[in-house]
Amino acid sequence: MELFTPDFGLIFWMFFSFAILFVILYKWGWPAIMKGVESRADLIDKGVEYAQNAKEQLDNARAEAEKYIAEARRRQADMLREADKMKTQIIDEAREAAQKEAKKVMDAAALSIEQERKEAQRQMRDEVGALALEIATKVVRNRMTETKAQAELVDSLLDDMEKQN
Amino acid sequence: MKRILMLLVLAFAAVCVPARICAAVSDNGEEKKGFDPKETIFEHLGDGYGWEVPFNHHKRIPLPIIVWGKDGLHCFLSSRVEHGKSYTDGNATFLIAGADSKYKGKIVEIVDGQEYRPWDISITKNVCALFITVLLVVWSILAVARWHKRMGTKAPRKMVGALESLITFIYDGVIRPTLKDRAPKFAPYLLSVFFFILYMNLLGLIVVFPGGANLTGNIAVTLVLSIITFLCTNIFGTKHYWKEVLWPDVPLWLKFPLPIMPVIEIFGIFTKPAALTVRLFANMLGGHMIVIVLTILIFVFASMGAVVAGATTVMSVLFSVFMLLIDVLVSFIQAYVFTMLSTIFISFGQEQGHDSHHPATQATVVENQ
Repeated sequence: MELFTPDFGLIFWMFFSFAILFVILYKWGWPAIMKGVESRADLIDKGVEYAQNAKEQLDNARAEAEKYIAEARRRQADMLREADKMKTQIIDEAREAAQKEAKKVMDAAALSIEQERKEAQRQMRDEVGALALEIATKVVRNRMTETKAQAELVDSLLDDMEKQN
Repeated sequence: MKRILMLLVLAFAAVCVPARICAAVSDNGEEKKGFDPKETIFEHLGDGYGWEVPFNHHKRIPLPIIVWGKDGLHCFLSSRVEHGKSYTDGNATFLIAGADSKYKGKIVEIVDGQEYRPWDISITKNVCALFITVLLVVWSILAVARWHKRMGTKAPRKMVGALESLITFIYDGVIRPTLKDRAPKFAPYLLSVFFFILYMNLLGLIVVFPGGANLTGNIAVTLVLSIITFLCTNIFGTKHYWKEVLWPDVPLWLKFPLPIMPVIEIFGIFTKPAALTVRLFANMLGGHMIVIVLTILIFVFASMGAVVAGATTVMSVLFSVFMLLIDVLVSFIQAYVFTMLSTIFISFGQEQGHDSHHPATQATVVENQ
């Protein structure tokens, strides 16, 4: 039953080979692996942290951008509204001015028409007067040939004058 | 279709193989006198001066025998003393003791007709397997270390990734939680032990040459490992640890006139490594033995006719495949448990006074498994 009674040779070689194994791994194996694993874990941690920061920054930047965009939109709307108002105002003003001008022109036209009319009236009256005088002169001349008629006329004229007075 | 074909092949094999075995048993005069299962089991589980090769019972891979006899050191190949031959080297005659000797199966020197057992540090099958294991462990761990030096902080893949996940599994799962800040000091030893045992266990499951040696099922191997753990525990033990052992925190009457508790504690120092030795040894030996017994059942039943032998063959093969699969699991679990218990025993020696209850509870949980 050598299984239950440890054999000297095997114990000796076991000590020997385990010692060699341990020394080799102690020197060149485990420290390098532990260091590697540790540094990689650090790197991953750092990477995650960096990514989180970057995401945060990106989110911030996005929010900022959105804020700017909203601001710009607002300004644009303001400007449009302003422009609209200005347009209406300009149109109103223009319309007013045009009306004023039109009125001025109309007034001037009315005035000149009136003057023309008056002038025309005056001329007409002059002409009608002259014409009437001429006609009258002719009539009178015709009538004055008869004395009786003359006397009648003078009488009638005198009557008129008396009536007027 | 494939399944049916496979069943047919299995059935055919089940009938043919035992028939051949029956034939072989009756042909071979040596085995005709009776098949001794116990002999076979212990031959396979035990050590040997040569390494068996598959399909041949007579040829073995010769290994060097190194002995310190009456007149000094002798080295020769095991092929010189196989099959009961004796070998004379200078003035000394050596042979492997026969079945009726008390040194059965060991190399002995014949001095004046008497068998004398020399100091024997031969490279036996187990020692050779030990060297192969050491080479494999060193090679694979150094491969990981080299990869770390070369590739820096890249992600490990394939073999390196697998080994590294094992390393971190043991280090972060067992060593660091138990030993806390002392972990880096003992991690090299504990990790070495883990991988050494794991590789030995797994190599033991391989039937042919590089494996097949029942290393962790040999008490010498587990004894050495637990002695190292024992030394680690007690050499690096703190003042508090020795106080706990020699003057524990119990009512005075338990330690003053009769030092009951100190005696129990000192006894405990030695039972811990003993338990460590036996548990690994017994678990691995048990696993190997079940597989061998299942295989031997075929030969035991071979004499009872083809039908019985056929049925036994099918069952035995199925069961031993199942057992081997379980043994793969057990190989890992035992390596893990040995490492964990070593860690806990070492952590007892590292107690600083206050957080002493934590490892103790953990230890009870583990030992109840």
